[in-house]
Amino acid sequence: MSSLLEVENLNVHIKTQLGIVKAVRGVSFSLQKGETLAIVGESGSGKSITVKGIMGLLPNNGKIAEGTVFMEGKELSKLPEREMQKIRGEDISMIFQDPMTSLNPTMTVGKQIMEVLHEHHPEFSKETLKEKAIEQIRLVGLSNPETRFGQYPHQLSGGMRQRVIIAIALACNPKILIADEPTTALDVTIQAQILDLMKELQGKIDTSIILITHNLGVVANIADRVAVMYGGKLVETGNLRDVFYQTAHPYTKGLLASIPKLHEHNQQLFSIPGTPPDLMDPPKGCPFAARCPHTMKVCEAYMPEYTCLSETHKAACWLLDERAKEQGKDGADNA
Amino acid sequence: MFRYICKRIVYLLITLLIILTTTFFLMKKLPGTPFDSERFSLLPPEQQTQMLEKYGLNDPVIVQYGKYILNVAKGDFGTSFFYSGQPVSGVILGRIGPSALIGLQAILIGLSIGLILGIIAAWRHNSGIDYFTMVIAVLGVSVPNFVAAALLQYFIGLKWGILPVAFWESWKCSILPSVALSFSVTAMIARFMRTEMLDVLEQDYIVTAKAKGLNQFKVLMRHAVRNSIIPVVTILGPIVVNLLTGSLAVENIYSIPGIGSLFVDSIKTNDYSTIMGITVFYSSFYIFVMLVVDVLYSVIDPRIRLASNGKGD
Repeated sequence: MSSLLEVENLNVHIKTQLGIVKAVRGVSFSLQKGETLAIVGESGSGKSITVKGIMGLLPNNGKIAEGTVFMEGKELSKLPEREMQKIRGEDISMIFQDPMTSLNPTMTVGKQIMEVLHEHHPEFSKETLKEKAIEQIRLVGLSNPETRFGQYPHQLSGGMRQRVIIAIALACNPKILIADEPTTALDVTIQAQILDLMKELQGKIDTSIILITHNLGVVANIADRVAVMYGGKLVETGNLRDVFYQTAHPYTKGLLASIPKLHEHNQQLFSIPGTPPDLMDPPKGCPFAARCPHTMKVCEAYMPEYTCLSETHKAACWLLDERAKEQGKDGADNA
Repeated sequence: MFRYICKRIVYLLITLLIILTTTFFLMKKLPGTPFDSERFSLLPPEQQTQMLEKYGLNDPVIVQYGKYILNVAKGDFGTSFFYSGQPVSGVILGRIGPSALIGLQAILIGLSIGLILGIIAAWRHNSGIDYFTMVIAVLGVSVPNFVAAALLQYFIGLKWGILPVAFWESWKCSILPSVALSFSVTAMIARFMRTEMLDVLEQDYIVTAKAKGLNQFKVLMRHAVRNSIIPVVTILGPIVVNLLTGSLAVENIYSIPGIGSLFVDSIKTNDYSTIMGITVFYSSFYIFVMLVVDVLYSVIDPRIRLASNGKGD
């Protein structure tokens, strides 16, 4: 395969005082050059931990228990820390959720951009670094780049800071940009601006994006492909159209149904009943079984395999299984 | 910034006046006179009155106070009773040297070791060196500095004879007292640095720094240390002053002619003008150090703006 990034059966365990949390359980996906993959799921579904595992930025108590991450033939999960440092910021960059806390408060904006450039291009002179940093500030659409260069984060608004963070992330023209809920902490008008900026810059520097979000509106706006995570597992992946219009997994259906609709008045908002599974002691079967309106006995006992619905679209649900279709008829009759 | 500092200096003067007034009246409540009590009581009463008259000690306290404040305003702190006739400012200046040298060395030792220990302890949280630092921190704070001073004196000075046991003859004499004083400084700074660093290392911008591909050393030095150092600067103010006042016991153990022993002697002998002189010296020094600390804040953390400067943002 000529994928840029290939994640295979990734398992991440996090050690806590109460026990080991199996935060990511056998996640596999690939990322093609220039595409935008959205990883969707609610809090605690393992989205952030998945990408932190890819970046090698897991917290001290977390580790990749199993699985591989390949980027252009290099196995990232086996690289020594020193090699990984060369990749971070240069080949894979990351944007974080909260622009208010993601910048160093005691360092000027310019210095923070120059730092990543200097790290990966020690050959650049001070003047070149400054020039490039200012260029980068201009690129992300901030006015008065020269003034911004010397300002501290607290002198900028949230949206401006997120632009600075994007400037840092894209300074070395990375092949992959991982955006971990980049718009969650921003207000709605700014959200749209930041998404537009990301799309625009993706075109300019030809980078692939992994976007983590729980906001399906954002997904529809920017993603080419969607991966839905639940309980540390990928439950459905497919092209944007597949997932939005040929929705296969009951969890994805639930997520889509939960989006407030503007034209329907006086409607109570739909929510999926129940709570996500405890990943300290994950269920044997499908993680969604406890909340699924279509639960069958088999769901609780065995984890369903992926069913390929088309070349690009697959989902892990017993309802889609060949055998379930016949059984399902009986089940429906019995019910 | 300039306006702010001027304002602070005005406050400094007001604070000083209040401290002076309080100390003056409290001091007058002390029993006895500046004169040697036994021999003074042997003098005939008219001579006693004469002596008190000469030093203005027969005036009502409020008059004495007024005279004193006027003199201080002119920069005259009076003459010492004990060191017959020497001006107080001269007596104090003559004693500052050793105390300042010991204090400064103790701060330098404590600051450097404390910072290094604190940083490493936070970086290697829950490791051997972290526990070691915590033990040092608890010991350093709980063991009084005179115990450390006595132990050092006994082993290094007396038993092994590496350094002078006491007295003030050469720079070598300042090493042991400086080390003895530095323990508590090391302990306090290590503890504050460790706690704050642990907090800072959890911050999002540390992850940002790692995501840039910086190695751990650069992440620590460029992003964690500067953001953790504010509490250390805060306690550094009181530490600096404490080392001058608190070095009293250590100065005594090593027979060092410092300002700490001068202070105690002046109280024991009711040496009014010296007590007042040292009080003024300590308080103005303390307030001045606080001002320096506040200015340092704004240098370290650009988010902190000094009051008169705050409108612009």
